Amino acid sequence: MTMQTQALPRTGMGTGSRKALLLGGGLLLALAAPFLLYPVFLMKVLCFALFACAFNLLIGFAGLLSFGHAAFFGSAAYIAAHTVKVWNWAPEFGLIAATAVAGLMGLVFGLIAIRRQGIYFAMITLALSQMVFFLALQLPFTHGEDGIQGVPHGTLFGLFDLNQPLTMYYAVLAIFVGGFALIWRTVHSPFGQVLKAIRENEPRAVSLGYRTDRYKLVAFVLSASLAGLAGGTKALVFQLASLTDVTWQMSGEVVLMTLLGGMGTLFGPVIGAALVVTLESYLASTSLPVPVVIGCIFVVCVLVFRRGIVGEIVARSGRGRKPS
Amino acid sequence: MDVVGRKNPSRHGNRNDRLSAGTTRNMHHHRSQSIKPWYRSAIRNSKTAAAALSAMAIMATLSATTVSAAEISDGVVRIGIINDQSGTLSDLAGPGSVVAAKLAIEDFKKLKPDLKVELLTADHQNKADIGSQVVRRWIDVDGVDMIADVGNSAVALAIQSVARDKNKIVIYSAVGTTEISGKQCSPTGIAWLHDNYNLVAAPIRRLVSEGQDSWFFVAADYAFGRNMVSESQRILSEIGGKSAGAVFHPLGTVDYSSFILQASSSQAKVIAFANAGDQLVAAMKQWNEFGMDKGSQKVVAELMFLTDVHSMGPEIAKGLTTVTAWYWDLNDETRAFGRRFYQVRSRMPTAPQAAVYSAVLHYLKSVAAAGTDSTDAVMEKMRSMPVDDFFARGARLRADNKLVHDFYLVQVKEPAEVKGPWEYYKVVATIPASEAYLPLSQSDCPLVGTASSQK
Repeated sequence: MTMQTQALPRTGMGTGSRKALLLGGGLLLALAAPFLLYPVFLMKVLCFALFACAFNLLIGFAGLLSFGHAAFFGSAAYIAAHTVKVWNWAPEFGLIAATAVAGLMGLVFGLIAIRRQGIYFAMITLALSQMVFFLALQLPFTHGEDGIQGVPHGTLFGLFDLNQPLTMYYAVLAIFVGGFALIWRTVHSPFGQVLKAIRENEPRAVSLGYRTDRYKLVAFVLSASLAGLAGGTKALVFQLASLTDVTWQMSGEVVLMTLLGGMGTLFGPVIGAALVVTLESYLASTSLPVPVVIGCIFVVCVLVFRRGIVGEIVARSGRGRKPS
Repeated sequence: MDVVGRKNPSRHGNRNDRLSAGTTRNMHHHRSQSIKPWYRSAIRNSKTAAAALSAMAIMATLSATTVSAAEISDGVVRIGIINDQSGTLSDLAGPGSVVAAKLAIEDFKKLKPDLKVELLTADHQNKADIGSQVVRRWIDVDGVDMIADVGNSAVALAIQSVARDKNKIVIYSAVGTTEISGKQCSPTGIAWLHDNYNLVAAPIRRLVSEGQDSWFFVAADYAFGRNMVSESQRILSEIGGKSAGAVFHPLGTVDYSSFILQASSSQAKVIAFANAGDQLVAAMKQWNEFGMDKGSQKVVAELMFLTDVHSMGPEIAKGLTTVTAWYWDLNDETRAFGRRFYQVRSRMPTAPQAAVYSAVLHYLKSVAAAGTDSTDAVMEKMRSMPVDDFFARGARLRADNKLVHDFYLVQVKEPAEVKGPWEYYKVVATIPASEAYLPLSQSDCPLVGTASSQK
């Protein structure tokens, strides 16, 4: 065991079992949560957590800062809302369509954007997502600033009546766990190791014989699809798709969630998303200006604990592990 | 605080009352969130649905005989004001709407000191999901009986469907979309102030009748601008005016020179801006820089609030014509309210804020008259009693749940004419309700059909 830990410090048994404990505890908490907290709020947290995890896959593990993820999130929301409401598709098919469209968009965005790095990559994704925003503003099926409203909940697989908040919650939880498991698997796979290698030093990865562009493209498509899954789920939960989800502010919000929680950690984005959504929801009924409060928290976070909440906990837990 | 399924006997009794007394319309709504375990088990345990229904009928008669205080759910009438408290719309509604609602509750207390009223507020941050989430929680957990203001089309439509499902009253102030009392109208959703049709139709009908019959439109290139223009052109062709064309500028552009030049060369008698906020300010600045204010073309803003004029200043906004449902300097009553509001907020109330006052007061009066806060009984009273306050005199709700009141065509004064703070408008004409509203016969609202077939 000790040998193993020395040889592979990241997957040592100590951390491994602790992670398993954390996961199990988290899952139990998630199963019990709707009896303690308001389910609609929890579903929103889960949707944004999945969105932030998808985004984190790209920035935390492949080192690509996309500033246009709202395009996937928002378009998928529109697709899910439109297919379910207007074409009367079952919710599962609506979600599949939403994920597929987001994945395809990810492919197009990726093909254009991954040729550049750093700020150029961010700007290209931002520009492309602004194009999507203007499409959403103009296309007749999105209904402009009214959005698509009153999307029926329907029955999942013809079995589960999503009009019941608890059923809906567990469906959303299952989607989240599925998405999270996929990200977990990706990060811990050889593919994930290559992504990390690219993040650390791309020329070296190239010199080792990896076609880095392909790896980055696959990561981008995967991230976009999962962001789309999150967006589609959110549209079904709230029964609406609106322009909010495609604006660049939404792209900024997911960056904020990821940075607050801890970039490059698996749980960080979940915590960050929960924090931001909680603030947005609970500050809504106070007299505090919400954006200002969230902005202040962000500034404090960047100044005081730069690794984010989870990143800082991991770094200070005595493991001496770098947040690499 | 956020615990679901809070047990509260009085609310159950009330819900039961509503279910049995209610029409079949309420029966098939998704009651997913509000169905309480006792109710479900009652259904399950009873042998037939008829048994359950008769049990409910008995309970309804029992609760009908109790004193009126028990008819108010939780013993408190809770009103929720939800709007944009921190963003672009916070100036014209925002915290000012909360002040207006407080003043309304204050005035109601003078009439009925023993009825408890609570006010809740929330900032939807212009996000439809936050709006619908807050309203769901308000209704499910906090026992809110009525929701008012909203002021953002997407958020309003989201709240409309939540309130429809849960059979709660929601009253909209500055919500432009015609969908709210059109295709997506609801038996419990009321438009108090205006919609885009009022904003467009009122000035066109008035100005065309004065001979200003050719119009050119400068509009923001998205659904709002396009709808405003197509609606305007439709009304123009109906009443014999003509459209000299329209030009659409990108959302949020800062350079209006080419659009203003096109407007100028169109030779139209009226130039109408179908954009709002910052874009209107920028367009008006450039309008003046081009010396258009000295020309003969009349300039109309299709959507403008008093706070927009205040932030532009009369130097820029002078001569701009617009339509408003209410202005604080109309008569002694409105001025009195304006001064009261000014003491709290240090600025004059806008039309949406006055509408919130009027809506909250009328709702509370209807609750008092009905002796209960159960939705159907209160809606009944809100319809049967005319609204009679400084906002609207003798106005009534019509079948598509719009409050029918007069509008005013106003023009921004020259800077020299502005005597006191916030005295920006001169009232050019009163537009009677008959000219300002979409005729019910053209309404897309499904409620209109059912109402007329019932009669």
